Amino acid sequence: MYDAVIIGAGMSGLAAGIRMAHYDKKVCILERHKMIGGLNSYYRQGGRNYDVGLHALTNYAKKGAKTGPLVRLLRHLRMKWEELALIPQIGSSVAFPGMRLHFTNDIAHLEAEIRKKFPSQIDGFRRMIGELADYDQLGLGASGGSARQFVSRHLTDPLLIEMLFCPLLFYGGARENDMEFGQFCIMFRSIFLEGFSRPYNGVRLILQKLLDRFKRLGGELRLRSGVRQIVAKDSTARKIILDDGSEIEAKNIVSSAGWRETMNLCQVQQHSPQIPSGQLSFIETISVLDTQPKKFGHEKTIVFYNDSPVFTYKKPQQPVDLRSGVICSPNNFAYDKPLGEGMVRITSLANHDCWVSLDEEAYRLEKHRAYDRAVESAVRFIPDFRRHVIDTDMFTPLTIRRFTGHENGAIYGAPEKKYDGRTHLDNLFVCGTDQGMVGIIGSIVSGITIANKYLLGGNL
Amino acid sequence: MTNEEIRQAVIDILSDISPEEDLENLDDNTPFRDQLSLDSMDVMDIILELRKRYRVNIPEEDYGKLDTMTNTVAYLEPSLKEM
Ligand SMILES: Cc1cc2nc3c(=O)[nH]c(=O)nc-3n(C[C@H](O)[C@H](O)[C@H](O)COP(=O)(O)OP(=O)(O)OC[C@H]3O[C@@H](n4cnc5c(N)ncnc54)[C@H](O)[C@@H]3O)c2cc1C
Repeated sequence: MYDAVIIGAGMSGLAAGIRMAHYDKKVCILERHKMIGGLNSYYRQGGRNYDVGLHALTNYAKKGAKTGPLVRLLRHLRMKWEELALIPQIGSSVAFPGMRLHFTNDIAHLEAEIRKKFPSQIDGFRRMIGELADYDQLGLGASGGSARQFVSRHLTDPLLIEMLFCPLLFYGGARENDMEFGQFCIMFRSIFLEGFSRPYNGVRLILQKLLDRFKRLGGELRLRSGVRQIVAKDSTARKIILDDGSEIEAKNIVSSAGWRETMNLCQVQQHSPQIPSGQLSFIETISVLDTQPKKFGHEKTIVFYNDSPVFTYKKPQQPVDLRSGVICSPNNFAYDKPLGEGMVRITSLANHDCWVSLDEEAYRLEKHRAYDRAVESAVRFIPDFRRHVIDTDMFTPLTIRRFTGHENGAIYGAPEKKYDGRTHLDNLFVCGTDQGMVGIIGSIVSGITIANKYLLGGNL
Repeated sequence: MTNEEIRQAVIDILSDISPEEDLENLDDNTPFRDQLSLDSMDVMDIILELRKRYRVNIPEEDYGKLDTMTNTVAYLEPSLKEM
């Protein structure tokens, strides 16, 4: 009998596992895939290392900082700042037709941009920051409400509003076109107030650190061990049945599989329809280059683009929405020595159902087509890099669903969040994306918070 | 444990949890939260570490008694002096 079983070896599951193992609990992480990482993983192909997911870590904090989500994460995982050695971004921008807003990890920079380009909005912008900085970061007990309503109390210029929402929605929007107010505060802080960074060795380094720590503390990880069912009696989960039919018992279960996905494991239909499924998924193209991006004039870390004054963040009707996207170059962080190869990653909204309906041959063709068109769309906003491309890869909503089990390939999960992490069973909890904390830092903090609150606190 | 050892035990825990804090100049009679940036989750972590390392169980209603170093040492003394 385990003290705790954790479903999923993504960022949140690993973090929850570390907390349990640190306090000498008998803990096992069950992962369906043959690798750890979930939405944030890595692979090797054609002799090259690729990261899945990671563009940038949000919530940057300098060494020695004493507050904020990154500090919380380091403290609770007993990690030193140097272990991640985060390198800050060089600078990013939001690009709309005829207007660009540049920002860095120093909010003063964005304020200056707004003062210059939207002079009538600067006072409202400052007021808005003041108000949302007070918002509790923990996520537990966050309030609903529309972020657009909140923003429109402070800002009146529709273009500026769209430009501010664009990065936040791309990096954490689980709802179409709007965000929950709490989610907005978390995302605004993580992107504009704290900002982007990346470890030199990318997501591998983060996962390796988490896994080492978990194992050194005596935690058990089982790969290729998908959970098929959670069996409950009365209001308590009694056992877990794995894909191969074997059974495991645990006092507590924490699931990072997603809310609806977890409800499906419990086979409770009456609980799942209450939360609609997430619809927002993405494609990503990866282009490996024969040179560093700055050599052809591209020095921005991340560019969020949209080709009209109104940003539509919705499930597209076609395979990919080419009107908008995110361009990230992992080379454009303030490293001491450059990364080995140049790379440009482009992410755009995609329709899961379109991709799933294709047969194998059509899927392969559509991937090629989408790669070409996504890059063609993006080079309207950054220098054309196509002549430098020496290798490419690409993933789709289908890839995401296949490797992480998230319904519809919805990276940010369901549109409504379960901030308190509780379920209808008294010893089953959810962490990660559907607990309301998205992104890498968010999901790690989520795993920590849920373990602390329900599995370690109180009467053990 | 002597009171000095108990104090050191608490310092060790604090420095494991938040190595970036200046603990050398900690004032024993000023509340922790006025000198260190500890939130409620950190306080809980300290209590969990005390349980892990010294098997002291601190009920939730007593958390407030651990506000300063002096009060913390006094609170722990009966449980730890025999160790
Ligand atoms: C293309 C892309 C780009 C991204 N870019 C960034 C970025 O730049 N910055 C950032 O901060 N975040 C980014 N993210 C988001 C970030 O990756 C996620 O928010 C985070 O990794 C979520 O972690 P999680 O633990 O909640 O979920 P997951 O990583 O999905 O973990 C869940 C795990 O559970 C496993 N699982 C599911 N069902 C079962 C089952 N029944 N039995 C056993 N195991 C199961 C899955 O295989 C998976 O490993 C990106 C994501 C993607 C896909």
